[in-house]
Amino acid sequence: MSTMPGPAVMRGSLRHELIGLRGVVERNAYLIKRYAWWELAFFIWSLANSLTIVFIAKGVEATGGQINLEQAQTSLLIGAVIWSYLGIVFEILTETVAWERWEGTIEYTFMAPLARSVHLIGMGLFAVIYGVIRSALLFTVIAVMFSIHFHNADFFSALLILAIASVSFIGIGMMTAVLPLISPEKGMQLGFIAQGVLLVVSGVYYPVSVLPGWMQWISKISPATYALRGIRSAILEHASVVAVWDDIWPLLVIGVVAVPLGLWTFKAGEVYAKKHGKLKRSG
Amino acid sequence: MVAVEVHNLRKDFLRRDATRTGLWRKRRRVPALEGVSFTVERGECVAILGQNGSGKSTLVRLLSTLLLNDGGTAEVFGYDVFKEPRAVQRLVNRVSVEASFFKKMSSEENLAYAARFYGMGPSETKTKIPEILGRVGFPSDRKHEGMEHLSRGMQQKVALARALLTSPVLLLLDEPTTGLDPRSKLEVQNFIREIRAAHDATILLCTHDLDEAELLSDRVGILDRGKLIALAPSDELKEMYDAETLEEAFFAATGRAFEEEDHDLERGVFA
Repeated sequence: MSTMPGPAVMRGSLRHELIGLRGVVERNAYLIKRYAWWELAFFIWSLANSLTIVFIAKGVEATGGQINLEQAQTSLLIGAVIWSYLGIVFEILTETVAWERWEGTIEYTFMAPLARSVHLIGMGLFAVIYGVIRSALLFTVIAVMFSIHFHNADFFSALLILAIASVSFIGIGMMTAVLPLISPEKGMQLGFIAQGVLLVVSGVYYPVSVLPGWMQWISKISPATYALRGIRSAILEHASVVAVWDDIWPLLVIGVVAVPLGLWTFKAGEVYAKKHGKLKRSG
Repeated sequence: MVAVEVHNLRKDFLRRDATRTGLWRKRRRVPALEGVSFTVERGECVAILGQNGSGKSTLVRLLSTLLLNDGGTAEVFGYDVFKEPRAVQRLVNRVSVEASFFKKMSSEENLAYAARFYGMGPSETKTKIPEILGRVGFPSDRKHEGMEHLSRGMQQKVALARALLTSPVLLLLDEPTTGLDPRSKLEVQNFIREIRAAHDATILLCTHDLDEAELLSDRVGILDRGKLIALAPSDELKEMYDAETLEEAFFAATGRAFEEEDHDLERGVFA
């Protein structure tokens, strides 16, 4: 160890990390602004997907099924919006590597003196802010289109559950974010597979009780199970924070495990990429 | 003071056996760098010459903390590149052959993004980015334009500005003028000279360009098939190999003309 060349460059501090975190959020905001028309196109795609799902309730009624239409529509709407939200969180986190590689900036970003945890948390933070705004918009537009009323809704509980669930979603997103580092060609698609698997076992459009036993067992470790059940209770049954505690505490436990596990997984993937020369633009 | 100290550095890559087909092709280790040792003094500019696949980019990527070594050591101002990467990252920046930016974002936005990672807040970048863009000769009225609308030469100027913005004490230049038109090339070379004079920066320049190496560097190294076979001031190199020009010295040292492609295809991937 020799003397340092200059005090300014060697100053590592919390301020430095927070500025870096701001940089990650800021960059994503710049990109949203620059791709504004594409954002509109993707919103229309999410809207079309969600409408398809919510129309299922009307279809069941039209073919003679006995259902509480508004309740069924609300339940499906929550499923569709959470699916869309999870998709946004996973996609943005997966872009930590995928987009940087596509632009060719990956080497500059990964050689910068910023803790990888701060880098990933910055991506997660932006994903949550952006995801909440887009999902709220999606929820509102569909609710207006179907004239769904929320007389019994406790939106505070619902948002609190979403916020707590987001911690787990970010942790799992970090694990999928590493995939494009290991497989530049197919890694991003593997992220979509993880999202699909997570939601099929979590009761996105149906109660978990309809799943086979082994799937129900897997659903217990999926944060989306508790998020969907808790948010449905809050919006459909006016369940308070205390009433949905049984869904909140598993989310807290999964979150505490998922984030460190996500960071560890990403770090392990980064070490692998550095050993095998995959941390570069062309893969 | 020693800025860079590399000792017996080795990096291998795993390659599939090209002679076999099928799912379970064997992999074997192919050395990209073998036993490379050298030092660079603070404030010195060292050029590394080599053909495609000689290991120049692998060397730059190792010193940039983007690769892990398979043997040997590398230190930057006394910090172990592989054990203390964060300390090294604060001291190093680089300019590569590809300018590499978020193409839709403007030069100002790209520079702000890069600067944040080095702890520079908005109040600092607000004054420093226009100042540094001005110094590299970037027209201020184009700072809000997307990078995709800028010429290659202009993009490379922004790449130099990005590297300089973080005040690196070690600048790694990996073919920074390859593909530029003669005027842009000259501008970039002049700016590299200015950086060195004004910032007391240490420069490791990997290049294809023999004239550039001779013009900008204090010493020239010849990297051939992963081995550093010579490192000396260009005049000494010529004397050493009884050559009139650096190109002749390169030929005498490697047994191949500089422009001749290395036919070892397996090595091509390291470029």
